[in-house]
Amino acid sequence: MSSLSAALRDSSVIAGRNLRNVIRTPGAMVTSVAQPIMFVLLLAFVFGGTLGGAEYRTFLIGGILAQTLTFNASFTAVYLAKDLQLGLIDRFRSLPMSRGAVILGRSSADLVTSLLSIAVTLLCGLAIGWRMTNGLGPALIAMGLLLLFTFAVSWVGAVIALTARSVEVAQSLGLIWLFPVTFISGAFVSVQSMPGPLRTFAEWNPVTAVATSVRELFGNAEPQGFAPPSGWPADNALLYAVLCCVSIIAIFAPLAISQYVRISKR
Amino acid sequence: MIRVRGLCKNFGAFRALDELNLDVLPGQVLGLLGPNGAGKTTTVRVLTTLLAPDAGEVTVAGHSVISDPDSVRRSIGLSGQYAAVDEKLTGYENLVMVGRLYGMNRKTSAARATELLDEFRLSDVAGKRSGAYSGGMRRRLDLAGAMVARPPVVVLDEPTTGLDPRGRLDTWAVISSLVGNGTTVLLTTQYLEEADQLADNIAVIDAGRVIAEGTASELKSRVGSERIDVVLAQQDSVDSAAAILYRIAGAAPEIDRQTSKVSVAAPDGHHMLVRALGELEIAQLQVVEAALRRPTLDDVFLQLTGQRPKAAPASNTTDVTSTGLGQDQEVLLS
Repeated sequence: MSSLSAALRDSSVIAGRNLRNVIRTPGAMVTSVAQPIMFVLLLAFVFGGTLGGAEYRTFLIGGILAQTLTFNASFTAVYLAKDLQLGLIDRFRSLPMSRGAVILGRSSADLVTSLLSIAVTLLCGLAIGWRMTNGLGPALIAMGLLLLFTFAVSWVGAVIALTARSVEVAQSLGLIWLFPVTFISGAFVSVQSMPGPLRTFAEWNPVTAVATSVRELFGNAEPQGFAPPSGWPADNALLYAVLCCVSIIAIFAPLAISQYVRISKR
Repeated sequence: MIRVRGLCKNFGAFRALDELNLDVLPGQVLGLLGPNGAGKTTTVRVLTTLLAPDAGEVTVAGHSVISDPDSVRRSIGLSGQYAAVDEKLTGYENLVMVGRLYGMNRKTSAARATELLDEFRLSDVAGKRSGAYSGGMRRRLDLAGAMVARPPVVVLDEPTTGLDPRGRLDTWAVISSLVGNGTTVLLTTQYLEEADQLADNIAVIDAGRVIAEGTASELKSRVGSERIDVVLAQQDSVDSAAAILYRIAGAAPEIDRQTSKVSVAAPDGHHMLVRALGELEIAQLQVVEAALRRPTLDDVFLQLTGQRPKAAPASNTTDVTSTGLGQDQEVLLS
């Protein structure tokens, strides 16, 4: 068997195991379902009235999707840290299996959790008046982009888990970076309104690129009074978003695998 | 089957392994015995390719852990210090997963899982999530996981640590049957009794080096013959009692001040014990307990390292007794 097909088979065995775990721990899924609902309602009705009402609610959904999927990286981090703490990673590492399979199996299984988050967010959106107006084709591209993005950030989660090595540390490290990264972005507000350095950060933030692309693909415009995004990342949002995902994978996947190979449990 | 030469491993300034040498012949069970921090787990981690050594040569089934780790992984089964089972999966699912990761197809791994569950007496709970298993059952499932690919070499890291006596006995039975079918086993333990029970050969390790090696009886004969233990009623009479025992046995006694215990090797234990008790009586030193016993691996350890290992679950004290505080010693010898 070629090493690639062996790697894929090992990953699918691990992914299957992870999915069984997810299904048998319904409590753990509450967050991925409840969080998008909570943020949609919070932003749509607490902030939304000031920010543009019905128009803002339509605008919001793309941002919530980008934010929710970024947060799913913390699931990857926590689950992987748990396996490490329980000694399961030691068992896997002592087996003649492909080196990347444990993490690839993790991030693939987390795609399923993300699909659930996406579905919940879209249903919430429909309930508060969001619609996709560009047709099915672009909507499918949007879904593809969201899955690519969540796959990419889960490798960041893997690096966090393998650096942290304990569930507690992975949990806090896995959450803390998510707030600045998702809020200093165009996910919920106009980037144009931010001061200097924050604005530059937000303009080039992959979360902004994903949110902007998804809105474009769904046909959701900015509310009146929001300065439309400008600059290269905004003008080429989809291209830039894909480039970001590819670069995140290119940096974090080899890093995670090399950490996995060398890691030793404390 | 396992060959280790000059193995070194440092963690920062701490030297975990210091020129360690080991040999395990095919079909042999080697017990790696040592206290906490002696380097047992580090050795296991190097042997199972989980940790890269700093220096030295390590081969398992003829494959080097450094240049050919994948072949080592194919020839070795590991059961680590913590039963590494997925608690959300059933026992059956756990073993099928391991089989699949060894490259078996669905059918083969399913058949192998059923076979192992039977062999490790887990058939009844095969369909239950392993999170609900007792400690002993989880251990057995973990051991079964190490056996999935019928590896010629099995490494067990403290297989009974944390188990209750029942779980320990169950695990021992499973390991003994393993040994029966010719598998080469390296097992680490802090329990002298465990090494004595399961291993053909024992390597005593301390501070990252092997300090003694041999069969249990060879190691025991190093300490010499039978021993006399005397526990005194008063702590300050320990030195006078030690002097008396020294005179009778002709060897320096060990003194444990905390428990007011004096212990000495006695080549002619029987008579010496009677004499010792007589003289202690004359010196008016009150004796709480007096015993004649065969040497245990504890004594070996103490002799070699100058410290007692973690308490063994039991020792083979031949017998004791005296409650009359130095008045009417009643000594039972077997």
